[in-house]
Amino acid sequence: MGPAPTTHVESVDFVMLYIIGISVVLLLGITATMIYFVFKYNRKKGHQPVDIHGNMWLEVIWIVIPTLLVLSMFYFGYTSFREIREIPSNPYIVKVTARMWQFSFEYKNGKKADTLYVPVNTAIGLEMQSMDVNHAFYIPAFRIKEDIIHGKTTHLYFTPKQVGDYDVACAEYCGLNHSAMYTKVKVLHDNDFYKWLERPGVPLTKIQTNN
Amino acid sequence: MANEIAALPVREAGNNFYHQSTNKHTGILSWLLTKDHKRIGLMYMIAIMTFFVVGMIIGLLMRLELIAPGRTIMNAQTYNTLFTLHGVIMIFLFIIPGLPAIFGNFFLPIQIGAADVAFPRLNLLSWYIYIIGAILVLVSLFLPGGPIDTGWTFYIPYSVRSTTNVSMALFAAFVLGFSSILTGINFVTTVHRLRAPGMGFFKMPLFVWATYATAWIQIIATPVVAITILLVIIERAFGVGIFDPALGGDPILFQHMFWIYSHPAVYIMILPAMGVVSEIIPTFSRRTIFGYKQIAYSSLAIAFIGYLVWAHHMFTSGMSDTARWIFSLLTFIVALPSGVKIFNWVATMYKGSIDPQAPFLWVMNFIFLFSIGGLTGLVLGSLATDIHVHDTYFVVAHFHYVMFGGTGTIFFAALHYWFPKMFGKMYNKKFANAAVALFFIGFNMLFFSKIYYGLYGNAEKIL
Repeated sequence: MGPAPTTHVESVDFVMLYIIGISVVLLLGITATMIYFVFKYNRKKGHQPVDIHGNMWLEVIWIVIPTLLVLSMFYFGYTSFREIREIPSNPYIVKVTARMWQFSFEYKNGKKADTLYVPVNTAIGLEMQSMDVNHAFYIPAFRIKEDIIHGKTTHLYFTPKQVGDYDVACAEYCGLNHSAMYTKVKVLHDNDFYKWLERPGVPLTKIQTNN
Repeated sequence: MANEIAALPVREAGNNFYHQSTNKHTGILSWLLTKDHKRIGLMYMIAIMTFFVVGMIIGLLMRLELIAPGRTIMNAQTYNTLFTLHGVIMIFLFIIPGLPAIFGNFFLPIQIGAADVAFPRLNLLSWYIYIIGAILVLVSLFLPGGPIDTGWTFYIPYSVRSTTNVSMALFAAFVLGFSSILTGINFVTTVHRLRAPGMGFFKMPLFVWATYATAWIQIIATPVVAITILLVIIERAFGVGIFDPALGGDPILFQHMFWIYSHPAVYIMILPAMGVVSEIIPTFSRRTIFGYKQIAYSSLAIAFIGYLVWAHHMFTSGMSDTARWIFSLLTFIVALPSGVKIFNWVATMYKGSIDPQAPFLWVMNFIFLFSIGGLTGLVLGSLATDIHVHDTYFVVAHFHYVMFGGTGTIFFAALHYWFPKMFGKMYNKKFANAAVALFFIGFNMLFFSKIYYGLYGNAEKIL
């Protein structure tokens, strides 16, 4: 794993590790206790069972501690989520159109593409519209996703930090060729990006990049 | 099948046992026209287990297709219809009615000392409605247009545009909903009116508590999906523009209405299973349940808070950010009563005298698998992490750990636990124990890997 492609990735991965870490501890604790009891209090050992109807302190403990844990999970998840929902100042806007079964991108100067080319270290804003059914724009490497709904515009914001190619998938089932509805986001150095953007005649694949 | 059960040797010669016809008919008619809750429960069992096998075979075909990249045994359209049918059959025909309709019918009246449910005729009617709904699902497969390919969530606008038999399949779900509502009404009335003298609410067995809480969800939530489904059928037939954005409708409204039912519906699926767990652990630990009231109240809490979390299925849908954080918070709150149950169950083993027979082994299986299901749910409840893994295999893994590792496992536990009571003989214990082990290995091989696919960003419903 190289450096994170966006700063948001680091915070999502932290929340993911935080939740999964606590979960693994809880899972192993519960399972180990259960298995221990099954051996320790096995009928073969001939213990007399003891009827215990409950214990108020235990109930309080196992309500209060999980409550605090889940509230912390909520808080971290929420603050990380805020990062991608706060509109950056002056983002570079690209229009995204989704249809069965492809994405297309339109830039401010009218240039169109079927791969998303963006400059590195620039806040990118996607304005997304669907021509037909629900789709979703998902960049797994950036940990971001938003549905694209016919009849309204939805948004995604991200600031790529690393030059490179990343997969884009449609994540909302949209019919026959949903499985094939993929494209790429190509993060370029500024000069490569503007070179590509301002030469409308050049096929997209012919652009040389520095990475 | 019905005849085979009728032909089983009579081991208990009780006056009111189901082996003897309770009406003027004999043979198959004595079953098809019965008003006996036990016979109706068994008729549900035959129908529901048949559809479970069908759903399972479809699941197997899907896995076979995915065994290698590219086309293996079917084309994309077939695959899309198969995952839709797998969902529709497993959810509407197996797991929603599974525990309440079979074991609820059979044991709820027995556990509260009632002669039968409050409305025996209505009970038989709900079985027929279930069968009619199931037949409609099957008919929709063979009509021109072909089987439905929308996914079991029927999201608009695709479900309006699809040329497959969406309306027919939706109508089947509509009909099945009534079976569920009528069963719910029957159980609520039975619990309120037919408890044996002296049996207060807090003396009821915990399976009754769980089934009672479930029945309320069935009554209150199911009509919402019935309305939603009817609106989609009307939209397809007349293009009125309620949901279809091309006609000025709102597809997000559909998602809200769909999940207002379909989220509480997962509690319809899991709550009776939790009730069965609260029966089995004390039995095989030979001691009383730990925290009876907490377990009873947590069923009600799950049923109530479960209504208020539906939009956590929609964190990426484009709904407002305020709605997103409120539903995220509520989702974490609903995790707590399930946690309380798990802690109390494990505590019930403390200082018991544990005989880990097959039903108990299934329950141990349940506690492990359902915990994974619940804990992966925390990843999905948290906004930032859900945005990443939403609509990926992570959700498929979570859902199967909760529903199959949870409810499915307990379906088998209940089957073993009550088998002697229902059929008057003991199951083969060696086979039963081997089945638990086989299930545990196979289940985790199948679904644990899906957690990883999801974390690495593989979207679901991908051929």
